[in-house]
Amino acid sequence: MARALYIHWPFCARKCPYCDFNSHVRASVDHAAWQQALTADMRHEAERAGGETLESVFFGGGTPSLMPPALVEALLTEAERLWGFAADIEITLEANPSSVEAERFAGIAAAGVNRVSLGLQALDDQALKFLGRLHNAAEGLAALKTAQGVFERVNADLIYARPSQTEEDWRAELSRALDLGTGHLSLYQLTIEPGTRFATDVRIGAFAPLADDPAADLFVLTRELTAAAGLPAYEISNHARPGEESRHNLAYWRYQDYVGIGPGAHGRRGGRATVRHKKPENWLSAVAEHGHGVAEERVLARPEQASEALLMGLRLAEGVDLAELRTRFGIAANGLIDRERLCFHASLRLVREEGSRIAITDAGMPLLDALLGELVAGDLVTA
Amino acid sequence: MTDLSLIRNFSIIAHIDHGKSTLADRLIQATGGLTAREMSEQVLDNMDIERERGITIKAQTVRLNYTAKDGQTYELNLMDTPGHVDFAYEVSRSLAACEGALLVVDAAQGVEAQTLANVYQSIEHDHEIVPVINKIDLPAAEPEKVRHEIEDIIGIDASEAVLTSAKSGIGIEDVLEALVAKIPPPKGDRAAPLKAMLVDSWYDPYLGVVILVRVIDGVIKKGLQVKFMQGGTEHLIDRVGAHTPRRIDLPEIGPGEIGFITAQIKEVEQARVGDTITTVKQGATQALPGYKEVQPVVFCGLFPVDAADFEKLRESIAKLRLNDASFSYEMESSAALGFGFRCGFLGLLHLEIIQERLSREYDLDLITTAPSVVYRIQLRASRTDDAREILLHNPADYPDPSRIESIEEPWIKATIYTPDEYLGPILKLCQDRRGIQRELTYVGGRAQVVYELPLNEVVFDFYDRLKSISRGYASFDYEQIGLREGDLVKMNILVNNEPVDALSLIVHRSVAEARGRGMCERLKDLIPRHLFKIPIQAAIGGKVIARETIAALRKDVTAKCYGGDITRKKKLLEKQKKGKARMREYGNVSIPQEAFIAALRMGEE
Ligand SMILES: Nc1nc2c(ncn2[C@@H]2O[C@H](COP(=O)(O)OP(=O)(O)OP(=O)(O)O)[C@@H](O)[C@H]2O)c(=O)[nH]1
Ligand code: SF4
Ligand SMILES: [Mg+2]
Repeated sequence: MARALYIHWPFCARKCPYCDFNSHVRASVDHAAWQQALTADMRHEAERAGGETLESVFFGGGTPSLMPPALVEALLTEAERLWGFAADIEITLEANPSSVEAERFAGIAAAGVNRVSLGLQALDDQALKFLGRLHNAAEGLAALKTAQGVFERVNADLIYARPSQTEEDWRAELSRALDLGTGHLSLYQLTIEPGTRFATDVRIGAFAPLADDPAADLFVLTRELTAAAGLPAYEISNHARPGEESRHNLAYWRYQDYVGIGPGAHGRRGGRATVRHKKPENWLSAVAEHGHGVAEERVLARPEQASEALLMGLRLAEGVDLAELRTRFGIAANGLIDRERLCFHASLRLVREEGSRIAITDAGMPLLDALLGELVAGDLVTA
Repeated sequence: MTDLSLIRNFSIIAHIDHGKSTLADRLIQATGGLTAREMSEQVLDNMDIERERGITIKAQTVRLNYTAKDGQTYELNLMDTPGHVDFAYEVSRSLAACEGALLVVDAAQGVEAQTLANVYQSIEHDHEIVPVINKIDLPAAEPEKVRHEIEDIIGIDASEAVLTSAKSGIGIEDVLEALVAKIPPPKGDRAAPLKAMLVDSWYDPYLGVVILVRVIDGVIKKGLQVKFMQGGTEHLIDRVGAHTPRRIDLPEIGPGEIGFITAQIKEVEQARVGDTITTVKQGATQALPGYKEVQPVVFCGLFPVDAADFEKLRESIAKLRLNDASFSYEMESSAALGFGFRCGFLGLLHLEIIQERLSREYDLDLITTAPSVVYRIQLRASRTDDAREILLHNPADYPDPSRIESIEEPWIKATIYTPDEYLGPILKLCQDRRGIQRELTYVGGRAQVVYELPLNEVVFDFYDRLKSISRGYASFDYEQIGLREGDLVKMNILVNNEPVDALSLIVHRSVAEARGRGMCERLKDLIPRHLFKIPIQAAIGGKVIARETIAALRKDVTAKCYGGDITRKKKLLEKQKKGKARMREYGNVSIPQEAFIAALRMGEE
């Protein structure tokens, strides 16, 4: 069953103005209580989705780099006891590049984490300030250096397509990022999500987001520069040197089972979708009461699973193998994809068909959501 | 039975929104027709669509008992009427059933076009008119000025006009006393053969067809065998009653009274308004004059978005028609839209309302084609066909131009009434719409202009434009004045190089280019960007007269799919699929259904 484990740590030092993740600021966190609860939540899942060794663990957040290394270690020890670890297991932790957190990297590595995903977000102070980040550029670069010394693999996150960012700006910034020598870069376009402070700012006219057309230009530029530097895009926003892809995230995108524990975590196991209580306090009391934090567990009908597999799989440059999905979900030959639309969009060179595989082309990637609406067979989409 | 001298039958008439229905509320409340708890605002506007839009569409009659200061208890039959010009026929029917009218005029707006149109109709019926100046609570109210307007413009004595605020309940007693004192009681002979006017009919799911009658002579009772003099059918009366506004049963409806009957009639068609009802035995020999028949003036095609819904649409239209005999429909098929119906309406608001009721009450997704008027075309003889005349309801049926000898289009006489500061832009609007000015008069600070206008220049958005350029102060009324020849051509709209028949329209050659440009520009905004670029063209025959291009979409992607949370993306996909169901495909382009009508709104010109 599941070979990927996600652990959500929902706390941050401060809420970033663009962030709509399940992240919360709390004056203090009772680490012992959290250790106990996360352990219980993990055991609950291991009983239902155990049996195979784990190939990846991912600490996401929030800011998991604020977790005491001892807590990280205790959770990993428990996970290994419950599932067992594959020899080359990938264990990622998301970290913010403040000097305080950088001091913990060694401890975190010692706890077993071998890959870190560093939220650099930008390489200049003004942009970092706009993004409401607590670190400055120099601090970020220093933290990256530390991380590169301590962890086997390092990813850096950057946010681009910021208001009034030009091609020249981004070309310079991205080139610098590529020179940092990480094997993986996650390059996200800034999006204004409902309910965030940026959404309010935009509404009251404090700033205007970059328009779609220039943002699309930056997307193209990003793909060119990363490919030239040997870190081509393997997913919409993710770039890696071949072999350096995030195996954990690939499990989502290839629609394999994954266990998700902690507040708001999502999981897929054996055709069921699990969602955990989102608010940290609610999740804690749910675990105390029931021994797990599951808020909703739902059987997904096979057509729905197939639609999820397409939504996720087509994010990848490798695309999906329709023949494989058909056997996997028992769906009739033309039941997955609207053939006629596929041919039409293939003629526009937005999709590519090779044998039983289909994949979105570079030109199609920035249009993926629109393409999914066209390609995914209507019958798969639940009304 | 009620003594004739104690009956008062009256309509409440006014320009739209001057407060007729609100005044009716207060009268119902004051006479104890409904308790405060049972009351709601504009209680007689009981259709969802009336409540939502805050307008009256259908006239409603209620019977109230009022004990006046003279100690007598009067039976009041109140008819609340709609103010919008599309429903003017509702007013005329109601007026024919009454002896008088409450003329409501908004104290802030003053006399407007429908005030005049309705009051003149009422005067034609020899009615006693009781002027009521309403909304005196408004800060902008100028009751004295309005009193003068009523006298100067309409020419009736307004010295005793009742000042009211229907909203806050001021002056209601005075209205009741004034109408008892001024409106004459009906005349009638109980012993004479039955003569009753069929004022209205509608379909009630519980009672079947319900008929509103005004008895002139004789008496209607349960068990009576009656005959519809025009329709020629005979029926057995099985229920007699009135609305107070609660439905009550009555032993009879006597001369001078208004009430409803049922007679096991299956179809509203059989109960034609304006017909005369009499007894089968010893009936009247002479029918009442009846009403002028209403003719639909605006036509459009209604098609189901999902072709599988055609049967459902057919049933729904038939059901709606049970309640509204004023629209017509016949089956139509279109290359792009499949099977649907070509429907005729009294005006654009009527069209909108029927369309909305179909989609709401019957849960249908519809595509509405461009509204059109009826053209009369003389065709020359061809090798295979004789010369003949055709009536064109649908631009898609436009014949081969080489066979057209002449085309005539309907014209109207429009009366516009406006504060004179807006006159300039209004004259320009009329001129742009090929209008011919016939009269221009000033009364006080107001101007009245009469224009002759081609109806096809008015059906789309003339009224909206008029309202917006006059900040809502200008009002408008019209009557049809017949057909006139014009240099009319068919304009096609091509989307991604394919003609979209639902967007084609007949235009005058002199305005074709401007209209074509406007449509292309609006479609550019109405059609969402696609994954490829889309040319939009307007063409007459093979000649392109305007063009626009919709650039291809560049970006539509969820940048981050966080932590295995697929729900948001799935919702997005569901929304997209639902959105698609509301679109029509032409040459790989999805056109949202709203676009079909919105494309015609001419906006600022
Ligand atoms: N301030 C104020 N508002 C009023 C008064 N009477 C009616 N209104 C408001 O005017 C609006 C129109 O009132 P209605 O009673 O629906 O008008 P109507 O004449 O029946 O309108 P149609 O049937 O659509 O022609 C509503 O918002 C009422 O609340 C009044 O005396 N004072
Ligand atoms: S640090 Fe990350 S999770 Fe926390 S608020 Fe900022 S963006 Fe959100
Ligand atoms: Mg009303």
